[in-house]
Amino acid sequence: MDRPVIDRNLYVPAIDAWIDPSEPKARAIITHGHADHARSGHGAVLATPDTIEIMKVRYGEDCAGRFEALDFREPLKMDGATVTFFPAGHILGSAQVLVEAEGQRVVVTGDYKRLRDRTAQPYEPVSCDLLVTEATFGLPVFQHPDPKDEIARLLKSVAAQPERSHLIGCYALGKAQRVIALLRDAGWDRPIYLHGAMIRLCELYQSLGVELGELLPATGMGKAEMMGEIVIAPPAAIRDRWSRRFPDPVVCQASGWMSVKQRARQALVELPLVISDHCDWGELNVSILESGAETVWVTHGREDALVYWCKQQGLNAEPLALPGLDDDGGEGGE
Amino acid sequence: MKRFADLLELLALTPSRTRKIEALKRYFAEVPDPDRGIALAVLTSEMDISNVKPALLRETVLAEVDETLFALSYDYVGDLGETIALIWPHKAEGELPGLSALVDLLNHTSKAELPRVIGGLLSQAAIHERWALVKLATGALRIGVSARLAKTALAEMSGVDLQEIEEVWHGLKPPYANLFAWLEGRAGRPDIDNAARFHPLMLSNPIEDKDFEKLDPRDFSAEWKWDGIRVQLVMGKQGVSMFSRTGDEISASFPDVVDNVMGRAVLDGELLVGHDFEARSFNDLQQRLNRKVAQAKQMQELPAFVRVYDMLFDGVEDIRALGWEERRARLETWFSKNPQTRLDLSEVLPFGDWDDLGKLRRQGADEHGHEGVMIKLRTAPYVPGRPKGFWFKWKRDPNVVDAVLMYAQRGHGKRSSYYSDYTFGVWKGNEIVPIGKAYFGFTDEELKQLDKWIRANTTGSFGPVREVKKELVFEVAFDSAQKSGRHKSGVALRFPRISRIRWDKPAQEAARLEDMDAFVGAT
Repeated sequence: MDRPVIDRNLYVPAIDAWIDPSEPKARAIITHGHADHARSGHGAVLATPDTIEIMKVRYGEDCAGRFEALDFREPLKMDGATVTFFPAGHILGSAQVLVEAEGQRVVVTGDYKRLRDRTAQPYEPVSCDLLVTEATFGLPVFQHPDPKDEIARLLKSVAAQPERSHLIGCYALGKAQRVIALLRDAGWDRPIYLHGAMIRLCELYQSLGVELGELLPATGMGKAEMMGEIVIAPPAAIRDRWSRRFPDPVVCQASGWMSVKQRARQALVELPLVISDHCDWGELNVSILESGAETVWVTHGREDALVYWCKQQGLNAEPLALPGLDDDGGEGGE
Repeated sequence: MKRFADLLELLALTPSRTRKIEALKRYFAEVPDPDRGIALAVLTSEMDISNVKPALLRETVLAEVDETLFALSYDYVGDLGETIALIWPHKAEGELPGLSALVDLLNHTSKAELPRVIGGLLSQAAIHERWALVKLATGALRIGVSARLAKTALAEMSGVDLQEIEEVWHGLKPPYANLFAWLEGRAGRPDIDNAARFHPLMLSNPIEDKDFEKLDPRDFSAEWKWDGIRVQLVMGKQGVSMFSRTGDEISASFPDVVDNVMGRAVLDGELLVGHDFEARSFNDLQQRLNRKVAQAKQMQELPAFVRVYDMLFDGVEDIRALGWEERRARLETWFSKNPQTRLDLSEVLPFGDWDDLGKLRRQGADEHGHEGVMIKLRTAPYVPGRPKGFWFKWKRDPNVVDAVLMYAQRGHGKRSSYYSDYTFGVWKGNEIVPIGKAYFGFTDEELKQLDKWIRANTTGSFGPVREVKKELVFEVAFDSAQKSGRHKSGVALRFPRISRIRWDKPAQEAARLEDMDAFVGAT
């Protein structure tokens, strides 16, 4: 590819638009609602209808000058380029962006996963010439287990310790709703209790048609009432003062990082749940090969290993250092 | 194996001691012999799968995984065993064999065959089983479980006294079928060779001022409290072994002692280093501890010796039921018959009354840096554990320094929502440099107040650590101070604890680094 139609800051000159920019821009294409991808203050935002709803709930109705909703698989023809969204399977509304221009097909994956998840539209592979992929779990040590098994471990622990509450640390957007859905699908039909920071986004998911069952605020409950119950809260709250209101809580955390036991120990997590909304190493490998791309740009995580692997497969590959993306090992990002 | 992997995971991640014991009890009660015995051996570090070394595991993995990808992964995970467990790329049908079959397999496979066998096992294992498998194979558990905790679970499970278990423990071998049979009431207490194993130690209680008026000084003898580590020398027909106070064999680290002692006995004493029985600091001793194999150079510079203060077996005769005075007489006679170059006798201090001894104690502390004195009832038998009224330790008064709180870190378990680990420092010019860390010495009520103060006065936070305004003064008590290259201040405190929280004291009046010199000089 002589000159890609997208640059290394994910700017598409032909339509003067930026994908997931970290600074306010006149035109932004947003892959999904997490804070390190969707920021407030852009002039115009092109995103899926669900992502737009999420942004409005998180940042306010007027967080962008103008919203333009684009459904999955609907090509939007503009002067110079065509943009199409395909589901990324990461969270509700999350999209991969296909940019077609000058005979090139470029896909920016945003964050994505391939495992089935009824709280997000399922990932679809998209063929392209240039693939810009995330690499949050871009090391071969990451082999995510089946989330159903993780939920089964959680429910076993709940049954074995009926006098304690289980506090699950989850990101408020995406992970929380997925864990709730997994619990429901595993047959947990008691109310699930929420930290205040979770409530609005769960309500939004429900209003967008994701069944989550009965959800109640965790605050204001008596200690005795919370025995044997499951509480969903942001990771920071489960070890902090907020957790003192629960009876002898079991500190759980749902994250792909939890596969590393030393990390779980350091984070004082008693029951780590390896539930990730990103591809593991094997899934990243498959996705890259399936795309048919000859060139791969790797961003957002452990780029080195994935770039190295791509080169071994005979692909052109390079890491992208995008400004503003969280690179502290992932625990801080979403 | 799955059951054992689950147990290890729970032990590694559960902060509560009670819950760890519950899990161990369940495991020992439900898992049959010989697997549970092998598990017990692994948990008490009595199991050595000497064939499997980390290098061999690494080699096994590198045959299957790209070296660069492995290096990047290891770099990220930070623990070789865990990297191997997580990165293993194959999955095969089948299940792992039981624990004892597994250990047998690893112990009886030739070195050349091991990589293939281990590879097969890793493929059959689920991810957390791989983690347990690697831990098992390398023997490095590091999951925060002591041998004592495992034995405590056995005691609670069976109703047999922990002391009784300790008493027979060192005569037993994995998989401990006779131990479990005894604990479950199916057989009598295991019969073991008494003179050739570790015997649990007799420990002392701290003495308090009010105790003295009730005690007649004529009933007691006194010795210096030596600042080394407590050891037991078992000198039997089979050879000489040296054990730490918890019964861990440390002979291999101190061949200069065990290869150079004469006679048969079981002796109790203090391991020290120095030439000509001139004991050097604990710091010097530490350089020789925690080394699996002693280095010739260190043995020359810091030769070890044992200062003996009691005798449990005279030859093969158990004399623990005799009073201290009689045991001491036996010990002195034994010494005169068995001349020693690496053992000497702890001297008995003459004193008239308690005031007399008090003066001696202060003098010993000031002039020789002695930790204090030991006071022993002349008629007391040698009783394992910490019996009341027999042995007392009278420590010299602790040193104290006023230091300023710098950082606070969250605690573990019950304290995980509180900032309960404190780093404090003293003035060096216009800045404060850290001199130590402490996490006890305060009440639960004070902890709440401190937690609140820290949250209100945070100036920065780094993961679980908060930096606070340099305004709160602690009176810190400590046993001694040493020079240390590891700390910015150049000083390290031994056994620091918070003795008072000086809410009233302005930080400007806290100690200066120069003030610490006096403490370093004294010890």
